[in-house]
Amino acid sequence: MNTELIVPLLAAAIQSGTPILYATLGEILTEKSGVLNLGVEGMMITGALAAFVTAQATGHPALAFLVAGLFGAAIGAIHAIVCLWFLGNQVVSGLALTIFGLGLADYLGTPLIGQTAPGFNKLAVPLLHYIPGLGPILFQQDILVYGAILMVPLLWLFLEKCRWGLNLRAVGENPEAAAAAGISVLRYRWIGILGGGCLAGFGGAYLSLAYTHLWTNGLSAGRGWIAVALVIFAFWRPGRALLGAYLFGGVMAFQLRLQAVGTHLPSSLLLMLPYLLTVAVLVFSSWKSKQADAPAALGVNMEPND
Amino acid sequence: MFTLSAYKRQEPRPWSSCLIVFAAVVISLAVSALMLKLQGKPALHGIELLFQGALGSRWSIEDCLIKAIPIFLCSLGVAIAFRLQIWNIGAEGQFALGAIGATWAALTFSDQPGYIVLPLMFGTAFLGGGLWGLIPALLKLKMRANEIIVTLMLNYIAILFLDYLVYGRWKDPGSFGFPMTKAFSVSAIVPKIGATDVNWGLVLCLVSGVVMYVFFRFTRMGFELKVAGENLNATRYAGLPYVKLVCVVMIFSGALAGWAGLIEASATINRLQPSIMVGYGYTAIVVAWLARLNPLTIGIASFLLAALRVGVENLQLELQVPAAFGGIMEGMILLTVLAGSFFNEFGFRFRRPS
Repeated sequence: MNTELIVPLLAAAIQSGTPILYATLGEILTEKSGVLNLGVEGMMITGALAAFVTAQATGHPALAFLVAGLFGAAIGAIHAIVCLWFLGNQVVSGLALTIFGLGLADYLGTPLIGQTAPGFNKLAVPLLHYIPGLGPILFQQDILVYGAILMVPLLWLFLEKCRWGLNLRAVGENPEAAAAAGISVLRYRWIGILGGGCLAGFGGAYLSLAYTHLWTNGLSAGRGWIAVALVIFAFWRPGRALLGAYLFGGVMAFQLRLQAVGTHLPSSLLLMLPYLLTVAVLVFSSWKSKQADAPAALGVNMEPND
Repeated sequence: MFTLSAYKRQEPRPWSSCLIVFAAVVISLAVSALMLKLQGKPALHGIELLFQGALGSRWSIEDCLIKAIPIFLCSLGVAIAFRLQIWNIGAEGQFALGAIGATWAALTFSDQPGYIVLPLMFGTAFLGGGLWGLIPALLKLKMRANEIIVTLMLNYIAILFLDYLVYGRWKDPGSFGFPMTKAFSVSAIVPKIGATDVNWGLVLCLVSGVVMYVFFRFTRMGFELKVAGENLNATRYAGLPYVKLVCVVMIFSGALAGWAGLIEASATINRLQPSIMVGYGYTAIVVAWLARLNPLTIGIASFLLAALRVGVENLQLELQVPAAFGGIMEGMILLTVLAGSFFNEFGFRFRRPS
């Protein structure tokens, strides 16, 4: 294999994997608090649209990125209200959130189809980007790629070393015991949901500001769902999420490259690859994983006791 | 000082769920009106157009019925899976595979009379949808793979497979490059009832609704399913054939969605083309949950959400509102119903802190 083909491919893999990485980290945070949020796709696309509109209006991509996080969290807040306050079914609420978010983004985004917005440009890391091979792959990316990578140890530190993170995990493992120890279950679940929504929104912003700079309806194309599957693949660990997200990025980049080069394979079959891989990865990791990997109280609402 | 606290009701109040759905629809309409207003469109007139478009004439009501048929069939399928606590989100893909199966039979046996080709189509659609439902069931049972994600991924795969067929292998050479198959022969088209525009799929809905009711009410397996759905531990304890139940349920769940795909391809558009996928499979989930998985109320809710789609088409025509407006409303109705169910199960009382 020659490096002229491999290096751009791997660089593209990192780019394709970055939005999935943000969303996966977000869903890990949410699920660690004991809440299953299947609305990632909806939060992601809403974030993508919010970022796009803000960047167009203000010309500041950084501001747009933050706004996307806010909107992702705002959509997530609907899930929190329905599930935490009104004890709605978490699976159905997440699905409804996805239907709602996709509808909202289509509705507001239809007039914007085909328009462009100012986004992020590549930012070479001083010195490091000269490293042959590794430099162009890892150190000549836009700032959001570095941000996503930085989120991995940050989330790990939060969940493993920080008092708040430990409380959040306790709430996800055994809410009754946590409540008895004086930890507010609802507060930490709010944090989990809002944080997860914010990260999903960031992932969406990457799609519209760095990955394409261009609005099309249905921009997220199932990436939110892939993120939900990757949480299981990652055994709820941030480090493995990084691996999984870039693996998917690799397959997506490879598939695009094949289409660009022109093969005998029809594009619809190539486009299936990421989804087929999701099923394969999910089957494999579910088969390997132990029950103990998932937060024990995942998806179970805590009823008010009287 | 008195504080307000919630307590769990001994008996959920069944009549209040109707009230909750009604309130949810009203709230969603109000928010949608507000959204129209924000976009500088006449809000009240928009709601009026919505109702007028859906229920204003005989044709529009027929159109609602035509759209309610695939929604009802998919939703019935989703509901039997949900009853067993199998989260089948894959009606959309099973619908696609049913349409593909039916199209295969329709194109292959196009010169046969209707009494041969139509039963064949029902058979192949059943196989297509049923097998597409069986895959996640097997992966769940054998490998513990989460069925929500598998069924969802299979939706994407099914739609791409449909694209692959109509852009390539099955493309009509005389379609001027449009991705579509040849039109079905007359014998492969599910006929219309009398002088109306509504096809015989409506009768299929009635029959399958009644069959489902009878099945859950009067058969041994229906009873087992009910027990298993209410308490998974009891299933194992009582030695019920869980694996068999899940497989059978998912085959029928997928097959019903498959038949919806057949009706849509055959009766509504008379061929297979990508525009057949309009999200009935996702609407079906909303319907199943609104209707609390009961066949009769699924019928009512299917008509309601079909009417929403027809109304939004009118809104699209008159006010240039994007079709996605319907999706927003579906999502909002479901979210408000979910939140509202709280009042069904919990009551409130004031109490004095001790």
